[in-house]
Amino acid sequence: MLTLNHYLVLAAILFAISVFGIFMNRKNLIVLLMAIELMLLAVNMNFIAFSQFLGDTAGQIFVFFILTVAAAESAIGLAILVVLFRNLRSINVKDLDHLKG
Amino acid sequence: MTWTSLNAWVAAPEIFLFCATCVILLLDLFVSDAKRGITHALALIALVVTGVLLVYGYSPAQQFGFSHMFIADPLATLAKVGMVIGVALVLIYGRSYAIDRGIFKGELYSLALFSLLGMMVMASAINMLTLYIGLELLSLSLYALVALRRDSVESTEAAMKYFVLGALASGMLLYGMSMVYGATGSLNVFEISQKLLIDHEGNKLLAVFGLVFIVTGIGFKLGAVPFHMWVPDVYQGAPTPITQLIGSAPKLAAFAFTIRLLAQALEGFTPEWRQMLVVLAVLSLAIGNLTAIAQTNIKRMFAYSTISHMGFLLLGILVGSAVGYAAAFFYAVTYMLTAAAGFGVVMLLARQGFEADRLDDYKGLARNHPWFAGMLLMVMFSMAGVPVFVGFFAKLAVLKAVINLGMVWLAVFAVAMSLVGAFYYLRVVKLMYFDEPESSGALSGSLFSRVVLSLNCLALLFIGLYPNGLLSLLTDAVVFSLPL
Repeated sequence: MLTLNHYLVLAAILFAISVFGIFMNRKNLIVLLMAIELMLLAVNMNFIAFSQFLGDTAGQIFVFFILTVAAAESAIGLAILVVLFRNLRSINVKDLDHLKG
Repeated sequence: MTWTSLNAWVAAPEIFLFCATCVILLLDLFVSDAKRGITHALALIALVVTGVLLVYGYSPAQQFGFSHMFIADPLATLAKVGMVIGVALVLIYGRSYAIDRGIFKGELYSLALFSLLGMMVMASAINMLTLYIGLELLSLSLYALVALRRDSVESTEAAMKYFVLGALASGMLLYGMSMVYGATGSLNVFEISQKLLIDHEGNKLLAVFGLVFIVTGIGFKLGAVPFHMWVPDVYQGAPTPITQLIGSAPKLAAFAFTIRLLAQALEGFTPEWRQMLVVLAVLSLAIGNLTAIAQTNIKRMFAYSTISHMGFLLLGILVGSAVGYAAAFFYAVTYMLTAAAGFGVVMLLARQGFEADRLDDYKGLARNHPWFAGMLLMVMFSMAGVPVFVGFFAKLAVLKAVINLGMVWLAVFAVAMSLVGAFYYLRVVKLMYFDEPESSGALSGSLFSRVVLSLNCLALLFIGLYPNGLLSLLTDAVVFSLPL
């Protein structure tokens, strides 16, 4: 029998993977965008699990909004990535070093 | 659900702004580059009407709309008036800069207005869903605005960094919100605070777990240390009008957002989040002020100065009483005006091919342009907290509240760090008044923008001389809005 804790642990693992993906990744900006998506999906998992076990639909409505915003967010992220690639000719995270003080 | 029970009129300013922005977005398609001034004028008219609607709808009461998703209380309304002024100043000061850099386009106006809409929703949201939507509307507009100079490596790099860390912050915030939802079974700010008062040990643990993530998310959005790494890069890389936009009005929105989440929803956990905010505030004050000394770029210097000012804002909030919130509100409003004036002077000196963003560009400014050197002097004195200027009273109000709480060491630390901060503000004054000019730079900007900039700087002096009117207005608003 799956309990609420199983879902929460799964969501926490997904969330941890995505945070590590953002901080450990030094190679590829697209992996960063994927990690951000994964983070939002981990949150969605949390909301759905709570919504199901609390018997309250508000959490599931919230998930629809998060999915919509995540789509808009990745559209803007990819657009920025394209203009960045045009200027920099690279999507390596290490090459983002023009701004220093 | 009927139309009247929706009570949509409490959101009349937002609805008007949304419609006006869509109309401007469409009309701009039919306007040639030479006549872009029409878009500029329409955007300013939209802002003025929104401001009038806000002032007209002001009433010292809590009015709910959209089935308790939205609230119009004095705190939200006054914060929104401040944001409208902040965005209007961005559009006025940034016009000639944008023309010179080839970013005087419809996107600048529609995105700036949409970001304002996001801020206004953030200030009025009392449901975690609307809080999130407002935050994302603001953030997504700002990511695109930072990348507005598509051919500049700095601009796009700053946009990428802002995007990644902003998205990370939103993720953290959402994860925290999901935990709070799990602990209380509600997304409404008031229901959450009521449910948390009825103590259930297991749920309490879950809510505290969520609180940690929410504070982390807020720290990222405010740019408080240790979540500040995006601030200097974004300030430096973004076009100066966008830097001004990021550095002024959203601070007010972030203040209101923090009040909704920490002071209203998680009111029962004040001792817990106070400890976290103390850490954020102390680190922000120390690292912001100390690192700013080493900067040679004025936009980067302003970035570290913002970090230290956010430390002060957090000091006001962590007091956790009406006095503290009112002090933080006053700080946010006056900082918004000061930062807008500072970037206004930077843009006034910038012209085609010359950014005026190195500190050396300000050498001998007093000889070439004594009036605007005097204006920048007032901005620097206000930021440093020299008496008579408004920054002094803002700092004083926050420190008074902190001392009332009994945290004298924290107040002493904040004063010591402000003294460190005075060094780099006064260095700019020294460069302007005691060094030889390197070039005889001409000023850009129309007469109108120069007059507005002068009024903005003089307002810093005027509010400094008569702080009580604004302070009591904001205090009343906080008392009405937060029945503590």
